[in-house]
Amino acid sequence: MSDPMRIRAAVKGEKVEVKILMSHVMETGQRKDAEGAVVPAHYITKVTASCNGRDVLSADWGPSVSKNPYLSFRFKGGAKGDKLKVTWTDTAGDSRSDEVSIG
Amino acid sequence: MNTPRATRRALLVGSLLLLAGAAQAETSTQDAIAEYREMFGDDNPAELWQSRGEALWHTARGPKQANLTACDLGLGPGVIEGAYAQLPRWFDDTQQVQDLETRLVSCVTTLQGIPREEFLKVKFGDGEKKSELEALTAYVVAASRGKPIALPMQHPAEQAAYALGKAAFSYRAGPHDFACATCHGDAGKRIRLQELPQLTTAAGAREAYTHWPAYRISQGELRTMEWRLQDCFRQQRLPQLKFGSEVAIGLTMFLAKNAEGGTLAAPGIKR
Ligand code: HEC
Repeated sequence: MSDPMRIRAAVKGEKVEVKILMSHVMETGQRKDAEGAVVPAHYITKVTASCNGRDVLSADWGPSVSKNPYLSFRFKGGAKGDKLKVTWTDTAGDSRSDEVSIG
Repeated sequence: MNTPRATRRALLVGSLLLLAGAAQAETSTQDAIAEYREMFGDDNPAELWQSRGEALWHTARGPKQANLTACDLGLGPGVIEGAYAQLPRWFDDTQQVQDLETRLVSCVTTLQGIPREEFLKVKFGDGEKKSELEALTAYVVAASRGKPIALPMQHPAEQAAYALGKAAFSYRAGPHDFACATCHGDAGKRIRLQELPQLTTAAGAREAYTHWPAYRISQGELRTMEWRLQDCFRQQRLPQLKFGSEVAIGLTMFLAKNAEGGTLAAPGIKR
């Protein structure tokens, strides 16, 4: 089971500023373990964010994103109290969604 | 395995040659880490460990199905705010000077009934193998952010621990005849591309101690002080440092005392 994301979303002037920390190994599939066996690839391929059901971000990710990724972005048209939902999906087919109220 | 030999060679090169190129590379490594920290602002991936630790703290677990809210870290049962700033310290119930990590082990074993070996099976995590100790440590440490380090240092055993740590810090041993002080006893030293903090001065000790435990960028893991010390034992080519041993506690006491008055900002972000 994956750990919850840490999401912060706050109105900053005309925009909403979002900061997300995700807990993920982000294995590239290029690394070998102590025995010389390839560590299988396991990384996030898709991140989406929606505000009250409206898509505000969709990103395709690959193996070059770091372990425990940090994502920050701003979008227009969000207000205090709106629900921001973030979802990631990885190469193992796992996915996780977390939601916060915009502050 | 030829890693030790390779590292030794790198170490010799690092300490004998002060190439201009190396100095430049060092500056850019330092800049890159500063930039990385800046991008996070007040955020830190360590928060992922903090929230995991917070959940662990409040979850009833083990044979006794208890949570850790009765854990006494020195300021009374359940008090975590400011507790880390006063550790290591003497505990009457265990009749020992304990650092945060060994104290957490005591709480887990006595309150929850989880055997020590089981809890410490994954002391230091690695990717999918997550360490509960590191998570709990991060949670407790974060509750001392902004607090000045102030050790009790009244009990004779606390003073003895400090004295042992002080002696251990300059005790030369191992195949290179190194002491901690060989690498950390002077200003402006460097190994490979890393600057070595001078841990014997208040400024140097504070800079280091106030940011540990820390999220290590190069490992993508949160690391504790016990981890830091055992890794320096490895760098010194000493036998493996025993978790929670008198030397580990003594060295922590010595570093904490040297850093006294410094404002805690841990968990930090390190290379
Ligand atoms: C061979 C040289 C060497 C020896 C000997 C050594 N260390 Fe270190 N130490 C390092 C290096 C290199 C780093 C920094 C690692 C990095 O930046 O990744 C470090 C980092 C540290 C830090 C963290 C500093 C910071 O600001 O993050 C502490 C604390 C520390 N060492 C304590 C000790 C103690 C205590 C001993 C003796 C048991 C010791 N070291 C022995 C090389 C050494």
